[in-house]
Amino acid sequence: MKKRLWALFMVCVLAVACFAGCGAKDEGKVYYLNFKPEQDPQWQALAKSYTEQTGVEVTVVTAASGEYETTLQAEIEKADAPTLFQVNGPVGLANWKDYCYDLSGSALYNELTSDSFSLKEGNEVLGVAYVIESYGIITNKTLLAKAGYSVDDIKSFADLKKVAEDITARSAELGFSAFSSAGMDGSSDWRFKTHLANLPIYFEYQADGIGTTKAIKGTYLDNYRAIFDLYINNSTCAPAELSAKTGDDSRNEFLQGKAVFFQNGSWEYGSLTADGAYTDDDLAMIPIYTGAGDEAKQGLCTGTENYWCVNKDASEADIQATLDFLEWVVTSEEGTKCMANDMGFVIPFKNAVESPNLFVKQDNAYTAEGKTPVSWNFPTMPSENWKNGVGSALTAYAADQTDANWDAVVKAFVEGWKTEYELIK
Amino acid sequence: MEKVLKKYWPLFVVPTMAAFTIGFIVPFLQGLYLSFCEFTTIKKAKWVGFDNYIRVFTDDPEPLMDSLGFTVAFAVVSIVLINLIGFLFALVLTRGLKGTNLFRTVFFMPNLIGGVVLGYIWQILINGLLSVVGEPLLALNTTAGYWGLIILMCWQQVGYMMIIYIAGLQSVPESLIEAAKIDGATSLQTLLKIKIPMIMQSVTICVFLTLTNSFKLFDQNMALTNGEPMNTTTMLALNIYKTFYNRTGAQWKGLGQAKAVIFCILVVLISFGQLRATRGKEVQQ
Repeated sequence: MKKRLWALFMVCVLAVACFAGCGAKDEGKVYYLNFKPEQDPQWQALAKSYTEQTGVEVTVVTAASGEYETTLQAEIEKADAPTLFQVNGPVGLANWKDYCYDLSGSALYNELTSDSFSLKEGNEVLGVAYVIESYGIITNKTLLAKAGYSVDDIKSFADLKKVAEDITARSAELGFSAFSSAGMDGSSDWRFKTHLANLPIYFEYQADGIGTTKAIKGTYLDNYRAIFDLYINNSTCAPAELSAKTGDDSRNEFLQGKAVFFQNGSWEYGSLTADGAYTDDDLAMIPIYTGAGDEAKQGLCTGTENYWCVNKDASEADIQATLDFLEWVVTSEEGTKCMANDMGFVIPFKNAVESPNLFVKQDNAYTAEGKTPVSWNFPTMPSENWKNGVGSALTAYAADQTDANWDAVVKAFVEGWKTEYELIK
Repeated sequence: MEKVLKKYWPLFVVPTMAAFTIGFIVPFLQGLYLSFCEFTTIKKAKWVGFDNYIRVFTDDPEPLMDSLGFTVAFAVVSIVLINLIGFLFALVLTRGLKGTNLFRTVFFMPNLIGGVVLGYIWQILINGLLSVVGEPLLALNTTAGYWGLIILMCWQQVGYMMIIYIAGLQSVPESLIEAAKIDGATSLQTLLKIKIPMIMQSVTICVFLTLTNSFKLFDQNMALTNGEPMNTTTMLALNIYKTFYNRTGAQWKGLGQAKAVIFCILVVLISFGQLRATRGKEVQQ
């Protein structure tokens, strides 16, 4: 499939490049290699509108899901290389820093609401975050009410466990389960090996007062086990079947009202409310409680792994055109509205328009209540290989929940972290 | 005729040669060069000499050797099974039975489906079966992954090999078979002493195809098991892919590239050995 998609993609790029060749060269042009397939149509429309208004050519190409790195690697070699691309955090930046233009002093950087949304190396600003996202446990309030509870009853891991286990005990009578299946298929196990794994890492970083480490201790892995146990043993399917379940299966179960809880993020808002499946009254997102830290003050997991970088090797005119385009996107009414309303993004820029996304609003509400969002620490995970190792071990543990199998998870988590960090130069 | 050919040969050779150069020779040489470099992108490659090759044997977190064993075990069984079953089908379908054409088409059809699609379809089928019998599913079951791959490859390739064998069997001269019959040979004797020696050319081609396909297998491997559990079902090509993409950093690309070159040499050596061995048994009509 990769090869085929690749071929198709190359043909498209070739076609685009042929047409692009006719454009005016002097003004500079923008080529954005987009990471998020969900937002491709919106980017295309925005690019078109910008071209109509300014005459500057903007090409947006979206890489197939999961193929961004490979696509970028090939594209950046070309004569018409992307002028704008993205990295997913410090580990991703390490690969691409030779190509990143220093954005300090650019309008884009100055528009950021907080310096913490930039990716720096020394004094150079190499990446600027453009979207803030949240994830947690998406809850079907209607079903929860049927089971006799409300989201206000869930304020800690103990509450969550009580509610989930009660629903499981009565699932035959209620007709639904507590959690949608924790699909461990390779296409979607990132929900657990990356997003859920962020929590023990976050609490460890908090306890130790650090932001990254080369040797994780795994202090909070028992909490990780507790929440994972809760997911897999109070689910729509037997734990042994999880290895073949996908994220789509999980979402469909939630959409069909087979489960109350579904761990995922604000990006799911569109697909959960599409065609009137659910309204804002049905849904809520609650923090992922694991029994660690101060649960009364725990908010949603909020952060970013999407940073814009400008290609240093592009011609000066192209770099300038790209910076102008980005400035327009984050400051103009049209750009900010498109990002908030059409793409559903919360953007960390001064002129941001409020997003209609319910989960985003909830994140703001939690913060207003004085809760602290859990930051995204998975950009500090050493490699894809580390995630795969943890994912594999989790899958084995889900099928057979013995202490020995959990020890394998701990080993993949702690020792794997160390080994993989040693492999980074 | 020859004069015309002499005059116009570039017309025939140049397009193919150009395509071959652009699509094969240049990338191959570039790949060879990159195996001596550390690189993220081809433009910014840094020469490191033989470092990558040394690391392949000393300091590789996913040694090729780990995947070699699984690949060989897979190759041996699948080559034998695919050729045996393909040949048996060919024998049956050259007897002039009713519906021969229909069966030939049906058996050939799996070949028209892409490897990744087949991989996912069989993943669903095999997982369905495993969950009914209460065994661990594919992602946790090396044995099921191994046999799943073999079943999948047999299903896909038997039809193709069958067509080649049918063509071979049909080209065995009637006169030879008739002469054997008159001399009193049984049908088994005819098969062993006349037909098989006469179709050794087909055997050479089929074994070559199945051998190289087995060693180079990638799509099906990635779709069906993706190396799970814990890389025990990772074959050579997937191993190289993982080295290349699973970590960020220039050193992994170079290492992956060096492994790819070694892999290429290995496949060429093995298939040359096979060609020599089976060619020797071919007979001229």
